[in-house]
Amino acid sequence: MINAIHQPQTILVLGGTSDIARAIVRELESPALQQVILACRRPSEADLGGFGDHSSVVAVEFDATDFENHTQFIDGVASKYGDLDIVIQAFGQLGTEARDDPASAARLASVNYGGAVSSGLAVAECLKKQGHGTLIVLSSVAGIRTRPSNFIYGSSKAGQDAFATGLGHALHGTGVNVMTVRPGFVRSSMTTGLDEAPFSVDPEDVAVAVAKGLQRGSDVVWVPGLLRMVFGLLRYAPGFVWRKLDS
Amino acid sequence: MKTETIELAGWGGTAPSVASVVDVTADELTSEGSLTALDPHGRGLIARGLGRSYGDPAQNGGGTVLRLQPGANPIHLDPATGTVTVDAALSLDTLLREIVPQGWFIPVTPGTRFVTVGGAVASDIHGKNHHADGSFGAHVERLTMLLADGSQRTITPTSDPDLWWATIGGMGLTGLITEATFRLIPIETVHCLVDNERIPNLDTLIEKMITGDHRYRYSVAWIDLVATGASLGRAVLSRGNHATLNELRSYVPKAAENPLVFDPPVFPDVPSGMPNVLNRTAVRAFNEFWYRKTPREHHGTESLSAFFHPLDMVGQWNRLYGRHGFLQYQLVVPFEAVETLRTIISKVSEAGHASFLAVLKRFGAESGGLLSFPTPGWTLTLDLPAGAAGLGPLLAACDDLVLGAGGRHYLAKDAYASPAIIRAGYPRLDEWKAIRSSVDPEGMWASDMARRLDLI
Repeated sequence: MINAIHQPQTILVLGGTSDIARAIVRELESPALQQVILACRRPSEADLGGFGDHSSVVAVEFDATDFENHTQFIDGVASKYGDLDIVIQAFGQLGTEARDDPASAARLASVNYGGAVSSGLAVAECLKKQGHGTLIVLSSVAGIRTRPSNFIYGSSKAGQDAFATGLGHALHGTGVNVMTVRPGFVRSSMTTGLDEAPFSVDPEDVAVAVAKGLQRGSDVVWVPGLLRMVFGLLRYAPGFVWRKLDS
Repeated sequence: MKTETIELAGWGGTAPSVASVVDVTADELTSEGSLTALDPHGRGLIARGLGRSYGDPAQNGGGTVLRLQPGANPIHLDPATGTVTVDAALSLDTLLREIVPQGWFIPVTPGTRFVTVGGAVASDIHGKNHHADGSFGAHVERLTMLLADGSQRTITPTSDPDLWWATIGGMGLTGLITEATFRLIPIETVHCLVDNERIPNLDTLIEKMITGDHRYRYSVAWIDLVATGASLGRAVLSRGNHATLNELRSYVPKAAENPLVFDPPVFPDVPSGMPNVLNRTAVRAFNEFWYRKTPREHHGTESLSAFFHPLDMVGQWNRLYGRHGFLQYQLVVPFEAVETLRTIISKVSEAGHASFLAVLKRFGAESGGLLSFPTPGWTLTLDLPAGAAGLGPLLAACDDLVLGAGGRHYLAKDAYASPAIIRAGYPRLDEWKAIRSSVDPEGMWASDMARRLDLI
């Protein structure tokens, strides 16, 4: 059970190798935190270090596209470790090359969107049963208006974002909250080697914004906050302007 | 029985959860026979009275919350023995309106009349007279409980000592208290003779309380936490005794004509959706006013409700903290730990979090409840807005100081602690857990607090 000052006791990370998710866990650390569960494809390779000494950290095997087993997986974690206060949906593929390969593009969509829907619904059901809890969905501004240079990734994030905000509304009154996080370009291992976009941030910046959002009870968190206004305008920029901005 | 699925929070308005809430009387529950049908989700049951615990002991996310309603004829007063047997769902407010005109008062009253008797036992509450009379549990003679297996049992401290001392202060996790018999105290008037003093700093306050508290049945100090430096711990010390009829005649002859008329006013509630108006500036101004308005020394009479329950005049005053709510941090440290107390007060003052209510009081003897909070020493209570920045590190530092001095935290106020903090403060926790398991092996009674603090 999260406490009065929004310090969680149990955090489950779906996509436990995500730099952003790990930064969020570090930001939410307090003496109240008891258990961190990092769910990832190869748990034996997961880095369990880098967290404070209050909590116990474990890695468990999780496949974002193993849709059939998501409910069983989430319920299993909850029955073993107790109520889940925070679940961070952080898995995803960037796949900038996917546009040349329809099959791999569809696989990317399957991870980023299909996996988000399947695991998101399983998490929602689990949190509903406990009457409290927050699902933090790491979306991206890439999904707000898809860019020609990464529209496959962008379209999958658009789907994930729409799913997350819709799920949040659908769960109103159940005690479960969904926070959709929309960072701009984040300097992380997933983006190493890519050109930085304007308004770039570090995983730690996202973490601070998420912690603040938890305090405030925000449904949507933009990082940096200015992007909310920027994308408010860019969404409606004429096509030639948008293409120019991406080139 | 009416069931609805709603979100519940404690009085502090923090960390809510959604549960099936059943409005029910003790009789209706008892006639059910089995409690299993009330727990379709397998997340257990917990009793809720008037929801005045600050944190999450009376909420049960995903499970069932039994919101107890008093049945018919809830009060049986026995003037010959000075005891009363009441439906545990009864509020102290209703009880007082019945017994005060007959010349009786409850042995222990918290700062509000809007708690139930069941909650008073389950939290083993204390009042301004703890140094003289102990906690509520010390005055209870008999309890009737509904146990996890659906059976009813009437217990006394001698018939079932284990279950008794696990239930006094047991946060409703040993069973549901349906009826309580406890001793009352006789009063001649609805007034108290009160001495209010303005105290310039913490050292003087401590000195005054140590040397003078024994002359008063009731004693409490309100501390201005906004004050720092040489004024650190400046306070208004308020102490008093019940006024006898003769005393009232000499002070307020007119009031002595009807000495037992008890009809405390109830003002409208603070509206919901209120922003946090208890910000730093407002609290600073209020504290200054409150300190200055008290004469250096004042001796006079105060009505029972003004002396014991001043906050009850503002209905739903918790809403003044806005949507983020607030938490109340209450600790006790042994008498010798004055320096710890000073460090905590100065840390909170320096942090600059506006604490509207900071109260210091001396505790007397323990009641014997395994999870009862009061233990001899100083108890300090702070109200803090939950949205304040930097609260986590501040409270963590205070926790270390409290536990380092051999102190503990009050479960009925807690909305923040971790299992380790409670384990360190309550050395008899395992003993309590063993007794609880023996009367509730399947874990029927459960709450958000119980899960959060690993009590079950």
